[in-house]
Amino acid sequence: MLLEIKDLRVKAEDKEILKGLDLTVNAGEVHAVMGPNGSGKSTLARVLAGSPGYEVTGGSITYDGKDLLELDPEVRACEGVFMAFQYPIEIAGINNTYFLRTALNSVRKHRGEPELDAVEFMQLVREKAALLEMDQAMLNRSVNEGFSGGEKKRNEIFQMAVLEPKLAILDETDSGLDIDALKIVANGVNSLRSPERSIIVVTHYQRLLNYIVPDFVHVLSGGRIVRSGGRELALELEEKGYGWIEAEMAGARG
Amino acid sequence: MSTTQVAERHASLAAGFEELKGRPAFSAGGASEGRIAAFERFSRQGFPTTRDEEWRFTNVAPIAELRLSPAPEAKADSTLVAGLLPLGQDAVTFVLVNGRLSGPLPRLPRGVAVRTIANAEAGDLLPARPEGGTAFTDLNTAFFEDLLVIDIAPKAVIERPIQILHVTVPGADPLLVAPRIVVRAGEASQAMLVETYADAAGDGVALVAPAVDVELAPAAFVDHVKLQRQNNRSFHIATMFVRTGRSSTFTSHAVTVGGRIARNDIVAVLDGEGTEVTLNGLYVGAGDMLVDTHTTINHVQPHCPSHEVYKGILTGRSRAVFNGKIFVHPEAQKTDAKQTNKALLLSDEAQINTKPQLEIFADDVKCTHGAAIGQLDTDALFYLKARGIPERHARNMLIHAFASDVLNGIRLDPVRRTTMALVEGMLELEALEQE
Ligand SMILES: Nc1ncnc2c1ncn2[C@@H]1O[C@H](COP(=O)(O)OP(=O)(O)OP(=O)(O)O)[C@@H](O)[C@H]1O
Ligand SMILES: [Mg+2]
Repeated sequence: MLLEIKDLRVKAEDKEILKGLDLTVNAGEVHAVMGPNGSGKSTLARVLAGSPGYEVTGGSITYDGKDLLELDPEVRACEGVFMAFQYPIEIAGINNTYFLRTALNSVRKHRGEPELDAVEFMQLVREKAALLEMDQAMLNRSVNEGFSGGEKKRNEIFQMAVLEPKLAILDETDSGLDIDALKIVANGVNSLRSPERSIIVVTHYQRLLNYIVPDFVHVLSGGRIVRSGGRELALELEEKGYGWIEAEMAGARG
Repeated sequence: MSTTQVAERHASLAAGFEELKGRPAFSAGGASEGRIAAFERFSRQGFPTTRDEEWRFTNVAPIAELRLSPAPEAKADSTLVAGLLPLGQDAVTFVLVNGRLSGPLPRLPRGVAVRTIANAEAGDLLPARPEGGTAFTDLNTAFFEDLLVIDIAPKAVIERPIQILHVTVPGADPLLVAPRIVVRAGEASQAMLVETYADAAGDGVALVAPAVDVELAPAAFVDHVKLQRQNNRSFHIATMFVRTGRSSTFTSHAVTVGGRIARNDIVAVLDGEGTEVTLNGLYVGAGDMLVDTHTTINHVQPHCPSHEVYKGILTGRSRAVFNGKIFVHPEAQKTDAKQTNKALLLSDEAQINTKPQLEIFADDVKCTHGAAIGQLDTDALFYLKARGIPERHARNMLIHAFASDVLNGIRLDPVRRTTMALVEGMLELEALEQE
């Protein structure tokens, strides 16, 4: 088991967002998390990455045998946790390539691997950039500065390809991508699939799941996972929306 | 405070002034009347107080309390000088020690003529200036004993940058240093100037009160960089006057990393159609420093763009003041003025008082200003950390990014590198290999 979330409760600004969430992800699995707007999907992703601004009020997250909540965000990243942001930010004045090299070398140092020199790094970058069809100009700009929405998403997956995490959480990476870009990004993600690596895909659309085929699909609603199933659940959700699940839950409660 | 008290306080300066009257420098070029008028004005008004609107947030009492005496002639150690020069042999170098040109004149490129107090012409000594000087400008006028006039001939393109190093060699008493520079760029000429202000000793107390006049004839191009790196016990209160003719281009980068109280007053008059002025600056405050920037950009002619970006990084208990005036006169249609003022507060006790002041009397103009004061962006910090970059390094990267936005505008690589190294030193940051 790579990730085990038990009864996770999270607050932000006094508002309870996650209300007892359970999720288990084994190595090599791909899990899709779907759910209505505001249900807490990004909160889950951000809490996994260690974002400030959230207070964990209960429950536990065990990652690779460690208490994830005890680790600083940078340590989590070095231990192989990667979150692709729903809204990647722009950082003026920090060169994209320099940023990524610093990140990769921090991760490598943490793992006790030698740092890559500029030449080795550029080789790696060229290879991964080709995979995601990123052009060189983008790499030379400041981090995400002036990127279109789609380019930012692609840059997130490019970073993931370079950093090779163990657990990747993709928060609505498909939104803002046209169909060609979606295929490229999905292809990038799929190239990383391996028996050791797990992926959590947060999405609203079945479309992405045609390309990144999940092992499990979960519905997050009202701060909890309310239903889990195979990939056919995604098709059902696409067709019927979330109303029926919420109605069933209300029925079960009533 | 009564006038007698003021007079007593300034007794040391008054005595110095009397003594100066006996020296040839005093009346050189017929400047004596102007000097006397300036000193009388200063004696009457004294140093500004915080009751004065232009000095509301800058209390110069620590300067007023000094028993200042005019800086005597001195020599600076040549190794020290070499270490303070951001540009090497490629530059045309002038070293001014205690406000006086030191050593022989450098070999001058064709198209550059230089004068000092010994051969200054009448218009050099008391140049026509736009309004906007301070009491410290008066002190400069009263006390300067040498000046450096740099004339760039029309059409001359001076490829070698001109660097001017001002060094203060301290004495037993706190010194008043009055450096004076006049730059006249002829029609369609081009020149780059780099001024550095520094101290020969880390603990010498001095008030350095420079006055710099820059005049651009039509289509001239002047790029000016000022690096103020005095020690943290001394004071630097400077005025720069800029007048730009038709279609000329003036760019200024003012970097402040030194002084206990440091202030730059820059007054620019865009005095011809299609002239473009850029006033950029970066200041770093640490400890108890106070860094004040007052700029005035006067648009008096149509079709002139002006750009202004000032950024500050403050740590410790340091404070900053930024006042950016932009006046657009009725004739100045199609003005395009942009002002940005940002400050990064790296400690809870650091403070800034900032005031944009746009006064627009023409109707067909574009004027914008923006101010952003705050801590490091937590979202950006999280983004970097989420990719594995340690907190300390992530902060360092963001501070570098903040500073390099202004420093990247400095065209001369060695000057930019020297400047960044000083900023890193002030903030105890590791250098980044990115640049
Ligand atoms: N830092 C925060 N402070 C306060 N409220 C927050 C914070 N983060 C999220 N919320 C609130 O928590 C709820 C869940 O937000 P979250 O972003 O996790 O939803 P989501 O499922 O990702 O939605 P979407 O599908 O629109 O991306 C929302 O009501 C949101 O406004
Ligand atoms: Mg979301």
